[in-house]
Amino acid sequence: MKKRGKIKVAFFDFTGCEGCQLNKLNLENQLLDILEHVDIVEFREAMDDKAEFYDIAFVEGSISTPECVNRINDIRRRSKVLVAIGACATNGGINSLKNIHDIDEVRETVYREHKYLFPTLPAMPLHAIVKVDYKIYGCPMTQEEFLKVFKSLVMGKKPQQPDYAVCVECKLKENECLLQRGIFCLGPVTRAGCGARCPSFGQSCIGCRGFVSNINQNASIEVLKRYGYSVEEAVKRMNMFNVTEMKM
Amino acid sequence: MGVNLDINVHHLTRVEGHGNIVVNVREGRLERAYLEIVEAPRYFEAILKGRNYKEAAIITSRICGICCLGHQMASLKATEEALGIEVSEQTVLLRKLLTDGATIQSHILHALFLASPDFVGKSSVFAMIGEYKDVVAKALKIKYVANLVSEVVGGRAVHPITPVPGGFTRIPESGELKALREKIQEIVPDLDFTVELMRQLIDSIPNFERETEYISLQCDDEYALYDGDIYSSDIGRVPVEEYKRMTNEFVVPHSTSKHCRANRESYMVGALARFNNNHEKLSEKAQRAAERMNLKAPCYNPYMNTIAQVVECVHCAEDAIRIIDRLLNCGLKDEKPDQEPKKYGRGIGATEVPRGILYHDYIYDRKEQIIKADCIIPTGQNLENIDYDMRKLVPEIIDEPREEIVKKLEMLVRAYDPCISCSVHMLDVEFVE
Repeated sequence: MKKRGKIKVAFFDFTGCEGCQLNKLNLENQLLDILEHVDIVEFREAMDDKAEFYDIAFVEGSISTPECVNRINDIRRRSKVLVAIGACATNGGINSLKNIHDIDEVRETVYREHKYLFPTLPAMPLHAIVKVDYKIYGCPMTQEEFLKVFKSLVMGKKPQQPDYAVCVECKLKENECLLQRGIFCLGPVTRAGCGARCPSFGQSCIGCRGFVSNINQNASIEVLKRYGYSVEEAVKRMNMFNVTEMKM
Repeated sequence: MGVNLDINVHHLTRVEGHGNIVVNVREGRLERAYLEIVEAPRYFEAILKGRNYKEAAIITSRICGICCLGHQMASLKATEEALGIEVSEQTVLLRKLLTDGATIQSHILHALFLASPDFVGKSSVFAMIGEYKDVVAKALKIKYVANLVSEVVGGRAVHPITPVPGGFTRIPESGELKALREKIQEIVPDLDFTVELMRQLIDSIPNFERETEYISLQCDDEYALYDGDIYSSDIGRVPVEEYKRMTNEFVVPHSTSKHCRANRESYMVGALARFNNNHEKLSEKAQRAAERMNLKAPCYNPYMNTIAQVVECVHCAEDAIRIIDRLLNCGLKDEKPDQEPKKYGRGIGATEVPRGILYHDYIYDRKEQIIKADCIIPTGQNLENIDYDMRKLVPEIIDEPREEIVKKLEMLVRAYDPCISCSVHMLDVEFVE
């Protein structure tokens, strides 16, 4: 990507839990290796330095205040490549659950008569405001996928990411189908790449990586109906991480 | 007066930093000193409305990536109490094991990555790599093993998968726990090293005291982390059901996070509060570590919170080994969680997370959905105490050079390990002289 000098990499966080940032710090052994190949020029979670320009900006969290909008525009202007990391940044994630409620009621529930003190927007993914070059999905994003995309970008390659359902990975792991065991699961509609981690630990897929891009939403709801779930229930479960991707 | 308003506006339009220190000194007199929290609100209490009981812990673990385990625990306890779901002894032991791992993970991240650069005069842990490579390497090792506890028992370090209402979706195999035990044994010397390092650096901790109310959980038979009653150093034990009386949340304009107070103007939660309230329940080794680092109860120096965190790491490593031995001796049972609600109503879950006591309070309807939720996080409880500390500290150090004052204020806030930060230098300090 860059002929001379180390690549300048920056990390930014918006509205979210900082879990994806933490996952980077949890890379432990690889962290020191990575530092040999790039210059981390901004990383609020771990350091003080600030820079004017970034070759790669990794951005975590949703846009949810007017201030976030200004800041993400500024980061975009300074960045050559902008990568959205984690569910909050790629599709709004858990934050966008607030969008299905009346925004005034949401603010009143938490701040009551003080609700006007803090300006709020519906929670949005980064691509609702700026151009996003690549996305690393998941809540949290996986360290493996982060490293894979990171290495590709440093080598100037386009990262390869799966666009098929979690079911594919779950079958490869030879897990027993949770739907057939009578457990609600979003594996059939959710983008793979996590290695079917939750179903492998006995938990259903909660859809944290967003939908596969060619999702047939009505058909998937039909499938869930066949397993005994109402349309209302199916939609609600699909909403948990995917409010901004729902077509109904 | 207009100048004060200008400072606030100035800070709110700044793009960097989710928390700011604001201090006004005029003609040598302190006018204002507080921590401004500008983190975007996320409205969890509103979005929990209408969600099913199986989703509550999944959603609330996303409140914080660092305290995700604690949020899951408080959430599960609240849901189980509300719905009359009981858990087995094995489930409680596995949850306590997870709590030990999460506590070590978070404390080491704070003490060695975030706070120790201050003690050795560096700007970040990255700047420490050259001169203090062994410290960084040991910190990484301890953190790796602490995360391994979550991976083995919880399925993942950030946002664990397996803990659900009624138990676990997957029980670890005995071989996995044995391997985990060995790994924890390996970091015991690294924790001793950390204690020794802190002992040598203890002089970098500012000499400042402000006695306050210390609130934590407390129980009779162990150092309370997962369970217990509320305990206040002012009024003693209070049942968890009365948590609202012990928090009294209120909104201040300079913080998107609500502030709290209990029996006086402010109180402190976290490692130092737990140490002050429950130090005699610490393991012997942890008590010796405290002595070596010159931490004695009651300690009124908030900067010593970082030292109390290191003491807790020593305790938690021992406790984790003890729990694993007990699980292995009893034999692991392949239990399935009993998730059937027996009743519908209100449940309150309190647990200790690394930064202090955490409460989740839910009311469920007959459709198994939350109709009302309340979550009170430790950082919010500490904010008022931080502001009062700053008001006492600034006049005491006002004659020192400006950089020294800034450093001491930053270190003070950092010592509380506030969850808004997860940062070494998220703080911008604004002076008006």
